[in-house]
Amino acid sequence: MTLVLKQPSVLPGFGLTLGFALFYFSLIVLIPLSGLFVKTSSLTWEQFWHTVTEPRALASYRLTFGASFLGALINGFFGSVVAWVLVRYRFPGRSIVDALVDLPFALPTAVAGITLTAIYSSNGWIGQYLEPLGLKIAFTPLGVLVALTFIGLPFVVRTVQPVLQDLDKEVEEAATTLGANRWQTVRAVIMPELWPALLTGMAMAFARSVGEYGSVIFIAGNMPLKSEITPLLIMTKLEQYDYAGATALGVVMLVASFLLVLTINLLQWWSSARHTAR
Amino acid sequence: MSIQVDHVTKRFGTFTVLNDVSLHVQTGELIALLGPSGCGKTTLLRILAGLERPDEGKILLHGNEVTDRQITDRRVGFVFQHYALFRHMTVTENVSFGLRVLPRAQRPSPDRIQKKVDDLLALVQLQAMADRYPNQLSGGQRQRVALARALAVEPKMLLLDEPFGALDTKVRKELRRWLRRLHDELHITSILVTHDQEEALEAADRVVVMHQGHIEQTGTPEEVYEHPATPFVYRFLGDVNVFHGRLSQGEALHEETERKRPAEADSSDEHEVTFVRPHDLELSRDRTTTTQLEATVRFVIAAGSRVRIELMSKDSSQTIEVELTKERYRELKLRQGDVVFVHPKQQQIFRMPGPSSV
Amino acid sequence: MSTETATTVRNEEWKASLTGESTWVRWTLMALALGYLTLFLFVPLAAVFAEALKNGLESYFAPFQDPDTLAAIRLTFIAASLAVPLNLVFGVAAAWAIAKFEFVGKQMLITIIDIPLAVSPVISGLIYVLLFGAQGWLGPWLIEHDIRIIFALPGIVLATIFVTVPFIARELIPLMQSQGREEEEAAFTLGASGWQTFIRITLPNIKWSLLYGVILCNARAMGEFGAVSVVSGHIRGLTNTLPLHVEILYNEYNAVGAFTVASLLTLLAIVTLIVKTVIERKSAPSRSAHDAAWNAQPGSPS
Repeated sequence: MTLVLKQPSVLPGFGLTLGFALFYFSLIVLIPLSGLFVKTSSLTWEQFWHTVTEPRALASYRLTFGASFLGALINGFFGSVVAWVLVRYRFPGRSIVDALVDLPFALPTAVAGITLTAIYSSNGWIGQYLEPLGLKIAFTPLGVLVALTFIGLPFVVRTVQPVLQDLDKEVEEAATTLGANRWQTVRAVIMPELWPALLTGMAMAFARSVGEYGSVIFIAGNMPLKSEITPLLIMTKLEQYDYAGATALGVVMLVASFLLVLTINLLQWWSSARHTAR
Repeated sequence: MSIQVDHVTKRFGTFTVLNDVSLHVQTGELIALLGPSGCGKTTLLRILAGLERPDEGKILLHGNEVTDRQITDRRVGFVFQHYALFRHMTVTENVSFGLRVLPRAQRPSPDRIQKKVDDLLALVQLQAMADRYPNQLSGGQRQRVALARALAVEPKMLLLDEPFGALDTKVRKELRRWLRRLHDELHITSILVTHDQEEALEAADRVVVMHQGHIEQTGTPEEVYEHPATPFVYRFLGDVNVFHGRLSQGEALHEETERKRPAEADSSDEHEVTFVRPHDLELSRDRTTTTQLEATVRFVIAAGSRVRIELMSKDSSQTIEVELTKERYRELKLRQGDVVFVHPKQQQIFRMPGPSSV
Repeated sequence: MSTETATTVRNEEWKASLTGESTWVRWTLMALALGYLTLFLFVPLAAVFAEALKNGLESYFAPFQDPDTLAAIRLTFIAASLAVPLNLVFGVAAAWAIAKFEFVGKQMLITIIDIPLAVSPVISGLIYVLLFGAQGWLGPWLIEHDIRIIFALPGIVLATIFVTVPFIARELIPLMQSQGREEEEAAFTLGASGWQTFIRITLPNIKWSLLYGVILCNARAMGEFGAVSVVSGHIRGLTNTLPLHVEILYNEYNAVGAFTVASLLTLLAIVTLIVKTVIERKSAPSRSAHDAAWNAQPGSPS
């Protein structure tokens, strides 16, 4: 039996378009990325291990992944509430608010960075009220959390919104005719539909936060072992010409990225399988 | 439980969906709300369920006014056209849902719930599917689950919104007979909304024919079919031939476009229209009376249990549809192009507004 | 008339109450949502402009007369005007191949196109330093031929391209997939060439998503910070893009200047959002068809 690599088609341009796309993508993305792994292979296993597990690196992982995870959780909850309010309620300015949800996605990270810092520093709009309460946000890990929450805001909202919009009104009515009160209906009928989309959105927020640089470095304290995120550590090593160290850490980040992309794709597949099976 | 609909009016924006509709349903009856899309039947059903609220009028259940009462107070079982099953719950979980959401005080024990589910699944003949998910069931099976689910909460009335609309013809026929038998067993007051006249005529005790927001006629299936009160009912239930003027005085037939009959007919400006069903027309080879119509055979469709013949009338070039039994057809030995004479065994004459014109 | 509207309102409320939440729940949810959005969206948005205009309108325009700022603007534009068209061609080519043909590895291609989105910007810059930097693979060869990529315009362009590669493709692929290939096949059987088919049949069908993809790609290209930061060397007047310039001004304690430049970028972001909203309105009919096609009919296999 011959292996069919491509279904025959009457349309032209397959070779050209796929060829160009693969060529371009390999050139711009795949080859440079693999360069990272190749460079790292020049290190011995011990060197690699030593670099990626030194205390400073470990502290940066804790901060980066920890804050990203917390940020994803916060966005998971509030993002769902925002999606619900946007889909189900009518209020003046709703379409403006809806459009603005994408702001963290469209705004340059440096702009976000300096703005958040300004707001939360001790004489900032919000920071000035929190300082007396003992809550210091700017230049602390808490600031990192705030920045990453900002960055991840659109992801959950935008994955949950379409699912909410497509919900079958009849199923909710059915639950009501069977005697369920509102909370019972939400819990038994609506939430199970939302889980896959919610988890997908949270995973996307997490993935984006882990690699985030521009919006974080202004508001984080950037103190090694305390408030230094991994991307900054990589940057620092680069500036000190410690290429080996930078690439080693880079590999760690890249592997994490690939795993996340995989997870997100699986979640999206699960979500669409649920969505279409009736 | 008896249902009384009292002068109910409902508007959506500027569009009046229900116009002063009144209806009484006896306890234990199965009535069909029959009509074309947009006639208001589904809206009326939803008002009865409590999913909509009328702009004017009252709803009384067993003598008590419930117009403003919440759905949950009405003990209604509602079956949706597209089943509305909870797709991430098994059949058992779907059917038991209404029981599981009861307030603590009224909720039966898990064992009692399970027994009830088992009984209901046996009733709808789906015991084997208890642990399946809706997407593993066929359309007909899903609808039966929806019905079982609605019955689980022991409703005082059962409302079905075109329950078989999304199914194949054969499955539809089976399920409607099955529904009828179920009703005969349970005697719950039931209202069935449908646009399929066969369904209404077969399954219901009484048929309510609706059109453009009001009720055209109420009666037993036989009544509405044999003695339609209005041209709309005549046309909607079964096929019909429409002749302008009367057939019996040998007047010339007029060809004209029909006009709808408004609520108040102006008798000074009316003409008569004769309605005859295809199977009420008799054919003969020779002219026996002067009142017969002369016509030529255009098409003969002999497939099926009866033979349908399309004729072209000689005078007015009007198409006439006739339905014959197979025996009669063989007797006549009709072929395309043959000349025949048509005579109604039974007819109904209505007054329609507007003058007749040539 | 007023009794009718009163009835309508009463009916709406009544209906909302039976398949909706109770009023206090609704208000709580709205308060939570709007509070969260205020904190994380509205306040930062207002703050950018407030900080920029802190010293008055005159000093707002001062940075734009600074030659370094103008150079940064120029560089940003150049980088974007190179990155966007290239990624446009890539996006269209990839979407065509994926949407109109069946082949082994298609799903994997769709997945890997997303990679740049998940890679940290710092890594995106790092890989080019490893490739073209003085100590990189091609470093010695480049120095020999006096070609500068890192710490010069080409490096910035490359990093910008990397980071924005997926945007247009991601907009086009799901849309073109849901539109199928029947129209194109019909055109082809009627004698149109591949190019004609694309221009006359495909392009009109995808124009709104294409436009949005381009706008978004452009906004991200102009706003990219991390990746460009790694490859640029921060040489003022030469290798500084607008976002990097913001950083420089900020680090020099010229907060107002930094925010002024930042406000320019924010305006760009807002324009992007406006264009997105307009496009969504325009393509709503085709999108709902897209969504309807995406949700399979009841009972059919997915």
